[in-house]
Amino acid sequence: MTNKEVLKIEQLTRTFEMGSEKVHALRGISFSVNEGEFVSIMGTSGSGKSTLLNILGCLDKPTSGEYFIDGIAVSKQNDQALSLLRNRKLGFVFQSYNLLPRTSAVEQVELPLLYNPDIKSRERKERAKFALEQVGLQDRMNHFPNQLSGGQQQRVAIARALVNDPVMILADEATGNLDTRTSYEVMSLFQQLNAQGKTICFVTHEPDIANFTTRSIRLKDGLIITDTPIMTQSAALALASLPKNQDYEMV
Amino acid sequence: MKWYNYINIAYRALLRNKTRAFLTMLGIIIGIASVIAVVSLGSASTNNIRNEIASTGTNMIFISPAQQQRGGINMGAGDAKSLTESDLKALKKECKLITNVSPSVNISGQLVAGTNNTPTSLSGVDVTFQHIRDLKMQKGIFFSTTDVETAAKVCVIGKTIVDKLFPDGSDPIGKTIRFKNIPLKIIGVLEERGQNGMGQDQDNVVYLPYSTVQKRMLAITHFNSIFASAVSEEESENAVTEIKSVIRRAHKLKPSDTDDFDIFTQAEMLSMVSNVTGMLTALLTSVAAISLLVGGIGIMNIMYVTVTERTKEIGLRMSIGAQKQFVLMQFLSESIILSLIGGFLGILLGIIVSYLVSLFLNWEFVLNIGSVLLAFGVCFAEGIFFGWYPAKKASQLDPIVALRYE
Repeated sequence: MTNKEVLKIEQLTRTFEMGSEKVHALRGISFSVNEGEFVSIMGTSGSGKSTLLNILGCLDKPTSGEYFIDGIAVSKQNDQALSLLRNRKLGFVFQSYNLLPRTSAVEQVELPLLYNPDIKSRERKERAKFALEQVGLQDRMNHFPNQLSGGQQQRVAIARALVNDPVMILADEATGNLDTRTSYEVMSLFQQLNAQGKTICFVTHEPDIANFTTRSIRLKDGLIITDTPIMTQSAALALASLPKNQDYEMV
Repeated sequence: MKWYNYINIAYRALLRNKTRAFLTMLGIIIGIASVIAVVSLGSASTNNIRNEIASTGTNMIFISPAQQQRGGINMGAGDAKSLTESDLKALKKECKLITNVSPSVNISGQLVAGTNNTPTSLSGVDVTFQHIRDLKMQKGIFFSTTDVETAAKVCVIGKTIVDKLFPDGSDPIGKTIRFKNIPLKIIGVLEERGQNGMGQDQDNVVYLPYSTVQKRMLAITHFNSIFASAVSEEESENAVTEIKSVIRRAHKLKPSDTDDFDIFTQAEMLSMVSNVTGMLTALLTSVAAISLLVGGIGIMNIMYVTVTERTKEIGLRMSIGAQKQFVLMQFLSESIILSLIGGFLGILLGIIVSYLVSLFLNWEFVLNIGSVLLAFGVCFAEGIFFGWYPAKKASQLDPIVALRYE
């Protein structure tokens, strides 16, 4: 594991104006993430973790402070440059998968590459297929979302986040809509990707999910209260120790 | 971002909702089809009428007495007696730009042959009338100069009269028919001409020497009208001027007097008919154009709904790197593709409809390339115009809000 800084934030604040009131969602936080880290960001609702995620995802800009992704200062960028950063540097995984309806898995995964004019159609298809193989869906390439289980849909979304080879994958409650077993499967996949060197920021409010990461940052009222490395548990082992479910078939 | 990537993205999005895409297009399809069909059928009918008129000779000139005012009462042209034998002679002698001249004296009444009879109008004309109207004989002969000089009791009849008076199919040549107790011998039957552009039956005619009508039936010396042909269609304007001066001199009119006669040319008739059909076509086209507008509003409506319905998709696209203008272009491309495909299908449908109608009405099928190109242009413009607002709305969504939209 190298010590290259993928992400660095300094004294980040974000204030919203709600009518005459000012809401301080982030009150000045600083941390950095090195390449290959698997960070969980935890906090209760209202702790500022969604605001932080929006900023990390280049969807929002800080009120003050600076955010560097891959050495690029985000607050100085315009809308167009932010789109470019999202397209080239980041991969998103959402709680509700956000797949397009009536669109095959391979086309879903191709989507980020369609917004990159440097990538030709043939390369786009190959990379999409490779990403689907990485998440173990090589047999489901042409399935529509309604033909896939929740876990499979989330894996398509993970493949979509991987396909542009981002410097960081941002996951927003990525296991929030899944049952325990499927959550563990997805976490096991994230751990595999992390083991291959992917940097992952995982926003969650479930402590047992955070245990599968390598570092945990806790937010409360817009401030970091703890930032500690954790004894990482293996999701694959946790999965194996779950009581067998007769109704469930492994894919 | 390459343009075909926009098309690709838009095309994939449209394919996801085939039925809706088709229903949206339907408005455009119907609008374009009706414009194409109306314009095509309009030109076909104009051509048809022009051909009909042209077939009777575009160099024909028609002279009639002017409407008369007597004591402030408009007496109409009917009983004016201003056109006479002397006018005819003057025209024959002095006019260089006309080839044939024939007077016309008309009388209406019942024509009887044995137990059959039919109401009709008899036209007393000169031998030259055959050339002026380009009348062709199916059987028998046209009457001769001698017949005119002797006011012979002979006549030439059209197909409709034959059918009415001789329903048994017997040969009418040589038979005698009676009109107001005057026996007339049929010496010829005209070739069938059908209806003219105005829907008049051109076969419901009886021609006989004008002298016969004047002397034996009406006991008058004036004419109802005079027909003439100009040496050519181009010269008809000049011929009219010439005729005007000849008749004014013959009638001894002072320069301050108004003409006591009217002159019409077939060319004027042609342009009059063209005006009428042109106006009708324009009217129908504008009605069809309204349906095109409604079709465009249909596109805007659906695109607007689509943007709201696909808010989450727009958020996702933005989060994976679609810039505002990419989203704008995607939705604009969708509406342009919709309206262009709709336009293409509409043009096809319009051509099929007008072809079938032309076939059914026995008209020559006319396809106006200009109207097809215009239709395509209108579709493209509609796609942009009606797609712009929804597309703009889509591109201005905040990705954070759009992603959380339920």
